[in-house]
Amino acid sequence: MPNQSYLKALNRALLDEMERDPAVCVFGEDVRSAATNVTAGLFQRFGPQRVLDTPISEQGFTGFATGAALAGLRPVVEFQIPSLLFLAFEQIADQAHKLSLMTGGQARVPVTYVVPSSGSREGWAGQHSDQPYSLFAHVGVKTVVPATVADAYGLMVSAIRDDDPVVVFAPAGAMRRRQDVDFAAIAPVPLGRGRVVRSGDQVTVVAVGHLVHDALAVADELAALVSVEVFDPRTLHPFDWPGLAASLERTGRLVVIDDSNRSCGIGGEIIATAAEEMRLIAPPKRVTRPDGAVLPFAAALDRALQPSREQLHAAILDVVGLGANGRGAWLDRDDVNGADGSWTNQVVGVPRG
Amino acid sequence: MADGVDSQRARSTSAELYRTMRLIRRFEERAIELVRSGVIAGGIHPYIGQEAIAAGVCAALRRDDFITSTHRGHGHVLAKGADPARMLAELAGREGGLNQGRGGSMHAADFGLGILGADAIVGAAAPIAAGAAWAARQAGSDRVATCFFGDGAVNQGVVFEAFNLAALWQVPIIFVCENNGFATSTRTEDAVAGTIAGRGAAFGMWTRTMDGMDVEAVLAAATEAVDRARGGHGPSLLECLTYRFDAHHTFEYTARPRYRTTEEIEAAQARDPLPRQGARLPEQVREAIDAEIEDLLTEAVQFALDSPHPDPSTALEYLYADSTPVRAGVA
Repeated sequence: MPNQSYLKALNRALLDEMERDPAVCVFGEDVRSAATNVTAGLFQRFGPQRVLDTPISEQGFTGFATGAALAGLRPVVEFQIPSLLFLAFEQIADQAHKLSLMTGGQARVPVTYVVPSSGSREGWAGQHSDQPYSLFAHVGVKTVVPATVADAYGLMVSAIRDDDPVVVFAPAGAMRRRQDVDFAAIAPVPLGRGRVVRSGDQVTVVAVGHLVHDALAVADELAALVSVEVFDPRTLHPFDWPGLAASLERTGRLVVIDDSNRSCGIGGEIIATAAEEMRLIAPPKRVTRPDGAVLPFAAALDRALQPSREQLHAAILDVVGLGANGRGAWLDRDDVNGADGSWTNQVVGVPRG
Repeated sequence: MADGVDSQRARSTSAELYRTMRLIRRFEERAIELVRSGVIAGGIHPYIGQEAIAAGVCAALRRDDFITSTHRGHGHVLAKGADPARMLAELAGREGGLNQGRGGSMHAADFGLGILGADAIVGAAAPIAAGAAWAARQAGSDRVATCFFGDGAVNQGVVFEAFNLAALWQVPIIFVCENNGFATSTRTEDAVAGTIAGRGAAFGMWTRTMDGMDVEAVLAAATEAVDRARGGHGPSLLECLTYRFDAHHTFEYTARPRYRTTEEIEAAQARDPLPRQGARLPEQVREAIDAEIEDLLTEAVQFALDSPHPDPSTALEYLYADSTPVRAGVA
């Protein structure tokens, strides 16, 4: 099986869908020269009618894609920088997303927005390092964050075929991934279905995008101490709540690692939903960027604000009661948690969930 | 589905232009009554005074051409051929409405007539209309799009982004600026540097400024612009000079903001496009149209009132094209 890159997966998904469906066309800045390489070869293959270099006018070409979709096309719009989504947010959140409901189901807006290298690219500073996927999940736009090469292909295909707007975030930290895959053999990955990437029975780590790989590495490091299950939601909206609930049935403990800013990030939503509706036998934790973070330029400062393996390592140990703030601290909290069979009363060593 | 040149010509007769304007005027007056009586929630942005623009422009369009409209959009939607009864039901938030009560006054759409919807964010529909027109051309069709907007939109960056894309790619679109003198209460001269027409010319667009209170003048300019677009000669900008006789929004009936005098309104009413067009018709013809419109609207009001309210359990219907699960607000 050929060894393929994540970038190639996005490129190949676009190429295959353009071959399959003449309604698929591409808009974006420098897509003909393929500045990001996501669109490499498409202009040569499909020509100027289907691969359009746009002026630097994000609101304009995002709205243009909406109109083209209303008239029957299936546009893919590339944004070279995640912060450009802020410029186009009105056209996506307020126009493309709302048209179906507002028109009583008359409008169909099958547009895919692809954001290669979202998040930190190390050294690109404050306006090129955002990871705004939680914003889109919040407003209800279908949002996918593939972690692997295979999922980059399978989710991109599904996004393009979907009849609603879908944002595909390709985290910079995942763009470097490689995997032995046969693209022709990959079935489209349905939106809204997560995946247990690693099975375990003591704690569930929900990891988003590139952080799935960090979670797997930390799970390996801790293998002798803790049995970690890693859950990759793959789609943030709609989220695979049943998949998460099934994992928590097994483990009863939850850590989320999410590259969003802390307040109002998807990590908070995952924790809140688990607390309200799912089985938890210990207080959950999340590892995120700080509140309202702006990534500074200097490499050490940039890294200091991103969720790290060390933070995840510590959080897992805390949640299973082996951390510096672990078991003892919980037992001290018996009085806080009350007499209702609360989380902390049940911690004895690291019991199976 | 495209209607032929003949029916287009039929809609362009002086009597038909008058009929469309009369329909819009009386529709708005009936709608205002329904706002006052509480049948229509949220109020409306009356189009009264500007009827010649919707009537004149839409008479130059085919049934399958696209339009996008604005918060002050009833006139465009009616002139493009939407059923007044279903339109009124939409304003009243009923199941029988054009959008099944999901859009209301500011979002009425009828895709079967190319009405891609009214848009409540000033200027935001400009690139959407351009994209639809471009896609139609890509599909080998000669459909064109018309994007209506007001003078308030000409300071929105997205409008110029759309102008640029449309001119650059020779998109078959007609941008119609209804310059009614006010962005809500701010006068055009207090908000717009240079000229509106100059902004179209700056992008190399065929641009005309005309008396927007004369439906025949609007039709003549629109016909030329539509012919250009259909013939592959690219986009146009029409600046139609008009005046809004009624409130920006019906909230003004109670809020009573002070930004113009009664004398100013009365002076503008002397140019009322409706009697002006009516004077071009034999009295008998005019009276017959007026009577027909009254009957039509009486039936429309009844249809709206009889149409059921949507079932609250369906409030999230149509949020997605598929059955994407949506969690309720409480678990």
